[in-house]
Amino acid sequence: MIVPITTQSAIAANRFGFGARPGEIAAIGRDPRGWLLAQIKTRYRAPGELAGLTSSTVILASFLAARAARAAQKKAAAQDAAEDTGKDPGKALVNGVRELLLPHYVAQAAARTRIVLGADASFRERLVHFWSNHFAVSIDKPICLGIAGALENEAIRPRIDGNFADLLLAVESHPAMIGYLDNQRSLGPNSELGMRVARRRAAAAQAGDDTAVPGKVGLNENLAREILELHTLGVDGGYSQADVTTFAAVLTGWSIGGGAGRYAQGEPGAFVFRSGLHEPGAKTLLGRRYAEDGMEQGRAVLRDLATRPATARHLATKLARHFVADEPPAALVDRLAHAYGANDGHLPAVYAALVNWDGAWREEPRKFKQPYEFVYSSMRALEAAPREPKALLAPFEALGQRHWNPGSPAGWPDRQADWDGADALMQRIEWSVALAGRVGDSHSAVGAADAALGGLATRHTRSALENADSGSQALALLLMSPEFQRR
Amino acid sequence: MRSRREFLATTAHLGVGALLAGALPGVTFAAAPGGRPFVVVILRGALDGLSAVPPFGDPDYAAARGAIAIGRPGDAHGALDLDGFFGLHPSLPLLHERWHAGELLVVHATASAYRERSHFDGQNVLENGGDRPSGSASGWLNRTLGALAGRGVDGLALGQNVPLILRGPVPVGSWAPSRLPEVEPELITRLRDLYSDDTTLSARLDEATRMEALADGEAPAAGAMAGGSEAARPYGGGRLKAIAETAGRMIAAPDGPRIAVLDATGWDTHAGEGGAQGQLAARLGGLDQVLDALRRGLGAEWPRTAVLVCTEFGRTVEVNGTRGTDHGTGAAAFLLGGAVHGGRVLADWPGLGAKQRYEGRDLKPTTDLRALTKAIALEHLGVSARALPDIFPASELVRPARDVVRA
Repeated sequence: MIVPITTQSAIAANRFGFGARPGEIAAIGRDPRGWLLAQIKTRYRAPGELAGLTSSTVILASFLAARAARAAQKKAAAQDAAEDTGKDPGKALVNGVRELLLPHYVAQAAARTRIVLGADASFRERLVHFWSNHFAVSIDKPICLGIAGALENEAIRPRIDGNFADLLLAVESHPAMIGYLDNQRSLGPNSELGMRVARRRAAAAQAGDDTAVPGKVGLNENLAREILELHTLGVDGGYSQADVTTFAAVLTGWSIGGGAGRYAQGEPGAFVFRSGLHEPGAKTLLGRRYAEDGMEQGRAVLRDLATRPATARHLATKLARHFVADEPPAALVDRLAHAYGANDGHLPAVYAALVNWDGAWREEPRKFKQPYEFVYSSMRALEAAPREPKALLAPFEALGQRHWNPGSPAGWPDRQADWDGADALMQRIEWSVALAGRVGDSHSAVGAADAALGGLATRHTRSALENADSGSQALALLLMSPEFQRR
Repeated sequence: MRSRREFLATTAHLGVGALLAGALPGVTFAAAPGGRPFVVVILRGALDGLSAVPPFGDPDYAAARGAIAIGRPGDAHGALDLDGFFGLHPSLPLLHERWHAGELLVVHATASAYRERSHFDGQNVLENGGDRPSGSASGWLNRTLGALAGRGVDGLALGQNVPLILRGPVPVGSWAPSRLPEVEPELITRLRDLYSDDTTLSARLDEATRMEALADGEAPAAGAMAGGSEAARPYGGGRLKAIAETAGRMIAAPDGPRIAVLDATGWDTHAGEGGAQGQLAARLGGLDQVLDALRRGLGAEWPRTAVLVCTEFGRTVEVNGTRGTDHGTGAAAFLLGGAVHGGRVLADWPGLGAKQRYEGRDLKPTTDLRALTKAIALEHLGVSARALPDIFPASELVRPARDVVRA
């Protein structure tokens, strides 16, 4: 069946973008595919909303300093235990650290939301969100609270239209990812520092002095495992526990600058390679041998991972699932994986293969909107968004999808069953009523339906809007209509 | 404007019990007829079972765990003794009371069928009840509900959405406290019409109004919910505790759902895990409170209740290089409740020595978790043995445990 071109324009705005703003479907005109592809051909320029945000280096440096101060204060308090007042000095500082970071989080999340609400190129913005979720960090880990948005803005946003390998290298060497997956102190047993600690342990044991034994140090395999499982090959990508452990050894030394005394190295809060933590020697991973080359060893592994067919297939599956259907058609996954391989991981070629696949333009929507997509598209359709940052961000929290807070390195799930709970639906209804109430009764719901959905609005929904009690009730019905809940 | 409650009183599909529960907040009902309550608490992220249930009697325990080892009972901040060999983490004093009441069954060195180390695949296997991560799109608890069809047992997810364990052909509700104002019932009627051609959305809408009716009578005032206005605090123990207590009352209501699932995240302690105090200790203290809140909420139904606390897999025996533990295999689980034949540790202890471990690094699993879940389905929920192969496929060799609940 041939989908009318105006309906295709509505699909371009809603399925590929973050929802049509008034006038957008008409502006897309007669070339919806060209409209999408133009968005990824444009040279990257940082959106104006990002101006004024503090860099991750500065934020992280202040976090590390505050944490060090807290530790020192706790230590002092422990020494003064005799005059203990019953208060926990650490507690006040915990709150202090949070207060230090929260404004950065709010500023980053508000900027992200405003970029989307004002975006003409909302397909590009959707891709930013897609990759940010692929490389998820989560603000429930204190080290990420202030810099989760910075990871997106500094490492991801400028690289979604280049090669995947460059994106991968930028993300894995960003302090937010290093800190989220605990790599900053992962240490090779035979590294300079590892050997020093081992000697001190042996000496203390020989002297029979239990209190002088330094703590055990060594590998942490969290980052290595999640790169293989989530960022590149995928869980069935053919790696073993031995590959995880070896990769963790490869990545020792990928750390965060700062530290005190002899451990001070690099710019505080910035990525640093600490050669003293790096496990020396050649390593064999997934059948390939990597000569000892300091930090270059890890970069070489990452570049090779980016070229693996399992990586192509893993990324192709996720993209197809995000844009087309929860269970993506095999033909599309094959097509995207092939485009990835044939173009050395050049991402725009993959996006083009997606946009140019006819099956992606079926009229019937197969994706149920996640909360953030629903909030974005509602605010875009009604051109209604609170100015005050906390109010702007409140709906994401109320509907269960706070920015950069998936709670796990796997990111937010991307299937309907993860989002269509009964209570979730009720919360969407409640929020729709509140938003529609703010917009008021003067707004024409039928007009808004035409502008937001074009030919996708059904007769059933149009008649429900016409028969509503009030303008704002009609708007709430529009937002909660089956076709607006999907894309 | 009529209140949601009055509106619901006019809808036909509601039972009288739910109406009473909604109309008379605070009234405690006597033990209700119908199925016995069963709650699953999933600890996502892989709980360190060797800290939650320290085997202080194992000769290799203290050395393997080093700085994060839990001391013996009687030591400062030592374990709470269970049976002279196993203990509970000192942050679990309320759970320890359940042990003394004979209401806590501890299962150790247990695992699902999954033997790799991905959280997400591990959770899939835990929840789908099979032997493969992608084995099934439905959860074993939903298939259990299917096997109990017609016996007045409904399912409830305690959260906005439904986790895999409860997903499947049997419709289940979900509930979480909302900070948004309630909507006019008239709009619900209009949406019901708007969804008349949409089977998914209309089913969800029906479930949502039903659960709201139950919760209306049971929810504490909004001010009692921890959380407040802060934009970035994860849903912590305070909020979960409030949800648990309300959920207990919803489950205990005469027409309440009998089977519920609560998720608790944040157990992935790769760095700075801590021992008797610290990161994990704080989480466990929160869990202790949540479980007790659930018990209080269930009130008179507690003696008929079983609560399963489980996680996708355990963590490494040895501490890693950053004072945490990495993904492992054998884990600990709890079954507690007035219906539970407790005061026992169910474990075929493999030992912690290097040669006794799974792949040289993890606690070796010796008890299939499905032995426990099968026993719960049979003994506690009254599922027919014939239904087990459908609920737990590809597990013919896993025999149900015996006498996990009191007759």
